[in-house]
Amino acid sequence: MFSNFDFDVIIRSLPYLFYDGMTFTLALTAFATAGGIVFGTLLAMMRLSGVPPLAVAATGYVNVMRAVPLLLVIFWFYFLVPYIGQWVTGAPRPIQVGPFVSSFVTFTLFEAAYFAEIMRAGIQSIPRGQVGAAQALGMTYLQTMGYIVLPQAFRNMLPVLLTQTIILFQDTSLVYVLSITDFMGAASKVAQRDGRLVEMYLFAALVYFLISFFASHLVRRLQRRIAIIR
Amino acid sequence: MITLSQVTKWYQKFQVLKDCSTEVEKGEVVVVCGPSGSGKSTLIKCVNGLEPFQGGTITVEGISVGDPKTDLPKLRARIGMVFQHFELFPHLTVIRNLALAQIKVLGRGTEESQQKAMKLLERVGLREHAHKFPGQLSGGQQQRVAIARALAMDPIAMLFDEPTSALDPEMINEVLDVMVALAREGMTMMVVTHEMGFARKVAHRVVFMDKGEIVEDAPTTDFFAKPRSERAQLFLSKILQH
Repeated sequence: MFSNFDFDVIIRSLPYLFYDGMTFTLALTAFATAGGIVFGTLLAMMRLSGVPPLAVAATGYVNVMRAVPLLLVIFWFYFLVPYIGQWVTGAPRPIQVGPFVSSFVTFTLFEAAYFAEIMRAGIQSIPRGQVGAAQALGMTYLQTMGYIVLPQAFRNMLPVLLTQTIILFQDTSLVYVLSITDFMGAASKVAQRDGRLVEMYLFAALVYFLISFFASHLVRRLQRRIAIIR
Repeated sequence: MITLSQVTKWYQKFQVLKDCSTEVEKGEVVVVCGPSGSGKSTLIKCVNGLEPFQGGTITVEGISVGDPKTDLPKLRARIGMVFQHFELFPHLTVIRNLALAQIKVLGRGTEESQQKAMKLLERVGLREHAHKFPGQLSGGQQQRVAIARALAMDPIAMLFDEPTSALDPEMINEVLDVMVALAREGMTMMVVTHEMGFARKVAHRVVFMDKGEIVEDAPTTDFFAKPRSERAQLFLSKILQH
């Protein structure tokens, strides 16, 4: 079955696949995770703030983002961000940001909706008494959140946050629609150029599988190590 | 020092506090008791504004707690509070539990706050546990840490909300001992508790509550010798039977 397979094409394209492709994939994953968690935590705090305008805005944002397919959001932002930039800065022409910036912005904003829901569950998992105790010591709302609630929520939710990051890592392959050379894009380009579709897509699948599998394994080990002693 | 005047609180249609008025002088120990659901925990939480109330006024050293213009965090930093379920911060070591608010709220240096923390831990007999996490301590030890944490802020008064109700019987005394010592030193204290032995020993006055009302407010000896109201008599006969 593998007799007319050309595995050499994989070896030849390794530098391109990993140096060009995987670097971008990992950079996008890391950036969108960090940005998404920060923005997502803010959204979760807005949603739980009990201040109607903030809560409604955050809830609306999260629901819209989670109801629209990621592919569509990528397209939207690619075409919309230049106009939003123009509107914000008052420039005479739409501000071209290019596919790279657009993809970073899109993934951050999209993932924030998912991270927001995770952080919301995390914040709600902290007993009310903890907030009371922090307030009784004279802490303000932000101090209570920053030193007491969020550190515990984050730790409780870390496994779920990392699992979401693994999903995000796989989802970044969708940037191929913007002709960006991520790992998947690189594999795809080599496949088309050399007519080696089966080999390249098999290899790409294997790489995604291995990275995701070992990452999940690490998450499980980490989970045991960071658990709060109760 | 603490003055409550006709404090009234509603949970929607249900009235939890009805015109509660009492006073705690500087250096005075006041025990608040009463059947469960009588509103005593709610009342004590109103004193530092953890629970909002709709009617009446509470002042602490002349500062009105209910006034929206009052800087509540600043006021709370000066009133220590101990909770039924300890509420230590489980992600921080014991010494960090004691140092955190000193550093972040009072603006003390790390060195100074750690020294203060160690001194207080020594006082409650837990010096060697400073670097453990709360989850590694027994309930009685946790509650003593919680008292030390409140004291680390150099409070002008201490509020205790059923500090021994969640403890196993053999651990109650180690916590009460710390509280008795504190009372003897002249700390201003408002204590919600069922520990009548503690009340007899150190309380200057006992406030008895039932169904959201302050039914009796009397000097300790009078309260135990001849409670005026029938409800207080009934409560005492039930609680002192054994």
